[in-house]
This record gives sequence, C-alpha cells and structure tokens, in this order.
Amino acid sequence: MIDAENLTKKFDNLTAVDNLTLHVKEGEVFGLLGPNGAGKTTTIRMLCCLISKTGGEARIDDYEIGNVADQQKIRSIIGLLPENVGLYDALSAYKNLDFYGRMYKVKEEQRKERIEHFLKMLGLWERRDASVGTFSKGMKQKLAIARTLIHDPKVLFLDEPTANLDPEASRTVRDFILDLKKEKRTIFLNTHNLDEAERICDRVGILKTRLVAVDKPEKLRESLWGIKTEIQLDAVNDAIVAAVKRLGPWKIEIAGNKLIIGVSEPEKENPDIVDAIGKAGGRIHFVTQVSPTLEDVYLKLVRS
Amino acid sequence: MDLEIAWTVATKDLSIIRKKKSIFYAVIILPLIMSIGLPAIVWVVEQRGTIPDAILIGLLNAFSFFFVIMASLSSIGISSYSIVGEKVEKSLEPLLATPATDGEILFGKGLAAFIPTIVATYVSVTIFMILTDILTYAQLGYSYYPNLTIALVLFLVTPLAIILSNELNVLVSARVNDVRTASQLGAIMGIPFFVIYILAEIGLISLDIATFLAISAILLAADIALFYLSRTTFRREQILTRWK
Repeated sequence: MIDAENLTKKFDNLTAVDNLTLHVKEGEVFGLLGPNGAGKTTTIRMLCCLISKTGGEARIDDYEIGNVADQQKIRSIIGLLPENVGLYDALSAYKNLDFYGRMYKVKEEQRKERIEHFLKMLGLWERRDASVGTFSKGMKQKLAIARTLIHDPKVLFLDEPTANLDPEASRTVRDFILDLKKEKRTIFLNTHNLDEAERICDRVGILKTRLVAVDKPEKLRESLWGIKTEIQLDAVNDAIVAAVKRLGPWKIEIAGNKLIIGVSEPEKENPDIVDAIGKAGGRIHFVTQVSPTLEDVYLKLVRS
Repeated sequence: MDLEIAWTVATKDLSIIRKKKSIFYAVIILPLIMSIGLPAIVWVVEQRGTIPDAILIGLLNAFSFFFVIMASLSSIGISSYSIVGEKVEKSLEPLLATPATDGEILFGKGLAAFIPTIVATYVSVTIFMILTDILTYAQLGYSYYPNLTIALVLFLVTPLAIILSNELNVLVSARVNDVRTASQLGAIMGIPFFVIYILAEIGLISLDIATFLAISAILLAADIALFYLSRTTFRREQILTRWK
C-alpha cells in the first residue's frame, strides 16, 4: 500500500530524510519512531503530497508521489492527522466534520451518517453543536481523528496522535486506533511513545534521518538484544557459574544474587540450567524471562 | 478549478467570521457610518449656504472615492483572519491535506473576504445615494445618483481594489503570525488611495470618469501581477516549510 524507495528530502544543505526505503502492506499498522528532528513529520508530509521529495520514489496504492497528475488522487485516499490537530475552534464539532466531508466531496447523506457514527462512537454526539474551542485536548484529538476518517480513506497517517494528552485521553485515542486496526485499515503512525508503538503497531521503523531498523517490535528486541533468563538465587558462587558455563557458550552476567544468562531457546535451555544450578548446590528463588523494552532497543539504536 | 470546493472554503470562512464579532462588526460599522456620515456632511455644507454646483459635484465624486478606500480597508480584516487565523489555529495543514488545489483554497478565501465587503459596500452606497439625492435634489434639480461615475466606482474600481487588497494580504500573511499585525500591514493598501484623494483635493487631478478608468486600469494591472505573486506564495510546500 505504501512503498518508498530511497525517498530523500533536503532543505537547502540539510538532509531531513535520507534514502528511506520502506514498504507498508495493506491493513498493516506501521509505526515510525525517532527523536525530534529525525524526519518523521517530513516523511509523512512527503507521503501525503504536502511537500515535494528531493530524490527517490514513493507510491501509495497505485499512485506515484511526485507525479502531479496523481497528487489529488493520493490526497483523496489518505487521511492525515497532523501533530497539531488544527480544528476550527469557532465552529461546532458537527460543522468541522461537515466541512471536511464537503472538501472530500462525500455525498450529503453519507456525510450525515458518518458524522453521526463517529461522533456517537467517540462520545461526542451530545456536544455536536458546541464550539470546538470549548473542548478538552482529548476531545479535540478524538474529533480530529474522526475528521481524518470522514471520507473513509484507505490509508491513515497519524502524526503523534497521543502527544500532549493526559493518560486517560491517550488511552481513549489509543483504543480508537486499535478499533481502526480491527477494521484492517492501513495506518502509518509517527510516535515518540514506544509503549504505544508496541501495543498498536504490527511493525516499527526507527528513523534517524536514515531508517536505522525496521521489523516487528518483538523481532527488533530479539535481534538487537537477545533473550535473557534471569535467575534469582540465595547466593551466587563460582561452582554455580561454572556449572552453567559447562552447558553452553552463553554470556553470563552476575548482578548480586542474580544470574543473567543470554540464551537462544529458553524453552529447551532453562530446565537444564535450573537442573545444573540445583546440582551445584544453588537454591533458586525465581526464574524469569528478561525482555528488553522497545525503549531499550530504541535508545540503543538511536544512541549508536 | 472546482468552484464547489472553493465555495466550501468560502462558506466555512464566512461562518467563522460571523462568530468573530470584532471582524464582523468592522465590516458593517464603517460602511454604516459612511452611508450616514457623508450625507450628513453634505447637509452641513448646504446649511451653511448655497455652494456652486461644480463644487458640490466635486465633493460628491470625492465621497464616492471614499467607498473605494473603505472597501479595500474593510476586506483586510477578513482576509487577514482568513489566512493568519488558520496559521494561528494551525488548521492549514489538514486543509492542505485535502484534495483541494492551492488555487481553489486561495480563491475560496478570496471570496470569503470579497463577498461581505462588496455587499456591505453596496448597501452603504445605496443608503448614501438615497440620502444624498434627497439632500441635493433641491439645489441640483435632479437626482445626482445613480450615475456613470458611481457605477464605475461600484462595479469596477471597488471590486478591483478589494481583490488587490486580498492578494496583498496573502503576501503579508506569509510573514506574520498574528491577525492584528497582518491587518496593520495590510492597511498599507490604503496609502495609494489616500494619495489619489489628496492629489484630487489639491487640484492636480479630478475624480471624474477618466480618472476612475485610469485607476481601474492600474488596479487591474496590479491585480494580475499580485495574483501571480500570491499564487507563488500560497503553495503547500511554501506554507508548511517557509511561512513563519
């Protein structure tokens, strides 16, 4: 659905996005992570035909980004939620959605149905005639997401959808995105929130002007960090460490009374490790699987 | 150009402007004051004794020109809000993400500034003409309005002046971040018209049909030149990456 090959954007001497290659399948939720200034918003703007690309190629559906004849078609099949929601505070929630429905040429009957559907779904129907200026940030964000859906787009671009929201509002927005995911919409999400990316996204890419890594969140964690088994003991001694070392060429860390062992197949290896420690006189309190968070992976990649 | 899309943009802007009382009243109050105030001046002049017909006609033509100045200044308030207001509310990006072309959005915004200004101008000029005719009929022996001069002012000079004002405002809007500054800078638009008025007052030009035709020609040329300049300024990439 979204294909980019060596997509590049330069502003004078500054390269904002450098040779970005990525492919997002239909119905996939793809998260783009990266620090401020990494080029996430620029990427979305290029893919939404808001700014031109300097190099490379990109397509959405069957339309080519950069081809003047395709620009309007691309904009008609995508929905964009920018970082700043940009609603009209002086207009009511209903009129905001109605305006965008008209801009996308949604027929009146359909427009009314969709506005009612989304406003009811988001719990805003009772406030439909109230000025958006009186809404909380969370309500505005929900309304802005409804705006991006008013023309039933094939692809959604969400730029930091939960930024600056309180935890409750973030959760409401996140749940709404998860509902959209169930509808098998293609969603391209920019976020700083790694927990959000992990919960929502099928795959994530880490962007630092260039795409540093891209995979499923769990695969990224495994490939960059490995799997670790943590064993809490009464006490760690040389005999225990030697017993574990004899089982395989694993990396072993000792942290107080804990042994942290880098394993490859925990289901097979953990019982042997537990057995060996027991035979070496160790008393085990707990055995736990240690998984790095996506944040750990992100920080490792971004800092490197 | 899809006129339906442009009209959608215009009606949305008009809905917002109606809610912004300060802008809405600015468009109504100034024309209302002029529609009553200028005939009041005619009345005061006539009360002080009979003035020659030629001077009275010169005065009335000068008053006609005031409506051009008024219209060009009135539209600035709306057009400033229409573009800078979107910048302040950060609502331009979702608008630019729609399939609408830059030209359709710009044209819609132009219409939103043009329509209320021209309607307010026509209503106020109508009131002005009726009151002035009542006051001057006794002296002139005929109804001075409507006439070709005011027709030129209303249907040629004023629309061209409003268009110029809107185009100038697009250029100003690209550089400023608040509506008040945009309005103040846009008021520069009034200067050439004030100069024309002063030149008429000191007798270097007369505000007759020939002068109004010449002004129209200059305005038309300026409109065309600024149209291309404003189209260059009002481009998606420019707005998102260069506008302050």
